[in-house]
Amino acid sequence: MSAEAAGAAALPLFVGAIVVFGFLKNVDVFDAFLAGAKEGLHTSLKLLPTLIGLLTAVSMVRASGLLEVLCRLAGPAAQAVGISPELLPLALLRPVSGSGASAYTLSLFQQFGPDSETGKIASVLSASTDTTFYAIAVYFGACGVKKLSYTVPAALLGDAAALVFSVLTVKLFG
Amino acid sequence: MLNAIWFGMIAASVLCAAATGRLGELSGGLLEGAGDAVEFSLLLLGSMCAWLGFLRIAEESGLTRLFARCLSPVTGRLFPDYRENQDIQGKICMNLSANLLGLGNAATPLGLAAVTAMAKESKGEAPTRGMVLFVVMNTASLQLLPVNLAAMRSACGSAAPFAVLPEIWLTSLACLVTGVLCCKLAERRRAPGAPL
Repeated sequence: MSAEAAGAAALPLFVGAIVVFGFLKNVDVFDAFLAGAKEGLHTSLKLLPTLIGLLTAVSMVRASGLLEVLCRLAGPAAQAVGISPELLPLALLRPVSGSGASAYTLSLFQQFGPDSETGKIASVLSASTDTTFYAIAVYFGACGVKKLSYTVPAALLGDAAALVFSVLTVKLFG
Repeated sequence: MLNAIWFGMIAASVLCAAATGRLGELSGGLLEGAGDAVEFSLLLLGSMCAWLGFLRIAEESGLTRLFARCLSPVTGRLFPDYRENQDIQGKICMNLSANLLGLGNAATPLGLAAVTAMAKESKGEAPTRGMVLFVVMNTASLQLLPVNLAAMRSACGSAAPFAVLPEIWLTSLACLVTGVLCCKLAERRRAPGAPL
């Protein structure tokens, strides 16, 4: 499949272009790489406490059954606007845990099939947004920013738009 | 804010587990997350070092500046504070293109490089409007080919793994545009350049 081939080619071509261009411009490519990589070491170590804090909280939320309770509470309202109850856990999980959302999407594929309406909406929803809280915590954690200002509302309104659009587009085109 | 969110997540899970009798599961899940974080950090360490290494090559060769000039009609409008700063604009462009190409494990290191460069300019604990917009754009996921999703769909027997591509483009665009509009509206109510 050509789209798959293009997807697989993106990474090597991106890296290849950078290194070849650098080499042609007479950059000492390996030295430059090492200088950059050294910075990466520092950034990753600085991030470790943030990640531990965040992932501990996320796994507590997942183990506590909080999502199931929230879904039961929000279920009737979601069904009233045409969102099937199976999709709610995905919508709630997606901004918090990327691996959790993938696992849930997989279980929806196995239960309903990837080409069913639910499977399609799950596909669109899980591919159209990123792990919001992870991105916010990691980016701001790495640069020591404490105040978030309007970051969370803006990002969550984007996620809400994605939920609405995933249902609408699949119902309209699918 | 992060304090409140983190507290809320932990307090709500303890209360919820206590109310539904799942404290046993919770104690299992508690340290699992910490362990996952270490494992994940080691994975991230590798891609972080590799990508910041490639970024340095691209910067020294002038490739990022070239990139930044090509994309400046877009990024200059989104991030007017960094219109004159080619270093930051270049890093923003590298992150945005890694996102578009679906290179998730490249986008995070490149984005971190961009946001730390922006933080160095600002000083203090409050983010600038550019930093907020940049992070919000990274919480959306506009990508041309969602390869991972397609792989998952075809593994589950989908007849057309890429069939939902138009829906994904529209939806992720809606997510991105909503986030950007929210930021731009919030920016208007504050003086330009002031810490948020």
